[in-house]
Amino acid sequence: MRKKLLIITTSFFMATSSFAQDTTDISKMLEDELKANDINKTYYTTATFKTTRLIDGHSVENTAPGVLDVKISHRFGTIGGSNGGAYNFFGLDNATMRLGFDYGITHTLMIGIGRSTSNKTFDAFFKLKILRQSTGKRKMPITLSYVPTIGVISFRDTSLYKFFSSRVNFTHQLIIGRKFTEGLSLQIMPTLVHRNYPVDRGPNDVYAFGIGGRQKLSKRTSFNAEYYYQIPSTKVPGTVNVLSLGFDIETGGHVFQLHITNSSSMTESNFITGNKGSWQKGDILFGFNISRVFNVVKKHTKEW
Amino acid sequence: MKKRILPVFIGFLVTLSASAQTYITRSGRVIFFSKAPVENIEANNNEVTSFLDIKKGEVAFVTLIKSFKFKKALMEEHFNENYMESNTFPKANFKGTITDLSKVNFYKDGAYTVTIKGDLTIHGVTKNIEVPATVSLSEGKINANSKFNIKVKEYNIKIPSTVVNNIAETITITVDCKYEPFKKG
Repeated sequence: MRKKLLIITTSFFMATSSFAQDTTDISKMLEDELKANDINKTYYTTATFKTTRLIDGHSVENTAPGVLDVKISHRFGTIGGSNGGAYNFFGLDNATMRLGFDYGITHTLMIGIGRSTSNKTFDAFFKLKILRQSTGKRKMPITLSYVPTIGVISFRDTSLYKFFSSRVNFTHQLIIGRKFTEGLSLQIMPTLVHRNYPVDRGPNDVYAFGIGGRQKLSKRTSFNAEYYYQIPSTKVPGTVNVLSLGFDIETGGHVFQLHITNSSSMTESNFITGNKGSWQKGDILFGFNISRVFNVVKKHTKEW
Repeated sequence: MKKRILPVFIGFLVTLSASAQTYITRSGRVIFFSKAPVENIEANNNEVTSFLDIKKGEVAFVTLIKSFKFKKALMEEHFNENYMESNTFPKANFKGTITDLSKVNFYKDGAYTVTIKGDLTIHGVTKNIEVPATVSLSEGKINANSKFNIKVKEYNIKIPSTVVNNIAETITITVDCKYEPFKKG
């Protein structure tokens, strides 16, 4: 009898517990499902910056996999100072440029090449994301990238450069960046520039510390700033640290970056260790970068 | 002995039928399609979670905006950053009821055309919509499909004049969910 009773009550409980579902709210169940899902997924922060360059130097942003980013960067001559003024059409007479190609291999690795007017420099680099800012299952407050760049000066002066190796310089850069809010992203860039043969008789190894960031002004525009500080003990004599202020405008596949800066160069070895222009002396110049992306490799969307 | 089995059996049956009242999918798909003069844009999302209560005729959907995958990475970025503002409005959801539930026999294979009425929330804006849907049953599995249009303007999504030829004002949404009985735990 007891056993029977037990079975009956058990089955009754089973029944009631299942009947209890009648009153369950599927919206609430959906919320629970989402919460469970959130714990198991990692959400990577995207669009910390509009493009792979902040102004002159690298941003923590990478080109997406399979995407080619063609960059045309121009710096005009100084507006004021000894080389500027009305005679030089406020710098428009003296333009320098860099043509570059960036390509994304994976979500964490991109490569790039470029050619600049300054010292007729060829440059090549890769940018590897070691840490990616994320929320969810894997929480990471920052993005950390490593960017080594090789620069080769192709300027034809055999008396100055006796060996090919004399023309080569290396830049190692760590970029630590964080998107603080939807509008504000900041980054710091500890940098080492190694020059095999410094023509300026400065040190071979120049240590610098960069700081930069952006504040969005609207969905498609932002204000950018970038400053590279050469550590005094290794500073190249006669050079000036570079401060640049910029403005990004994004339109579909293009990003236009307009800026004022005291540097006419756009590769690390040139603008960090070789800039002579000074804001105080009026050596301020106008420049722009145009970035246009092309989808080279079609993204493999999962077939389902 | 027989008498003992009976109550257990009944209890079991009741449990079974009742638990099959709620159905779930965690991999429902939603396709976003924009047809414009310059280009057609399509995005796929196969991470839609949805519940279906066949007794009450209630349906609920939720998905993360970031789960929409585009062919071009930049489109995906712009979709999230500029249009959907997925950091501010991370989810889109729908909660509604099948208005003509009596049309559907959930215990008989077949396809039934129904109307679903409810609230669709996108970009923080909730609109009451009524959409046609097909509920099909085969071998105890429930499949639900729907195709409908939404106007981006109604959800307070602004399209700048420079890209009016790239992005349509009316977006076609296709929903396809394969439901399974929901088991807790």
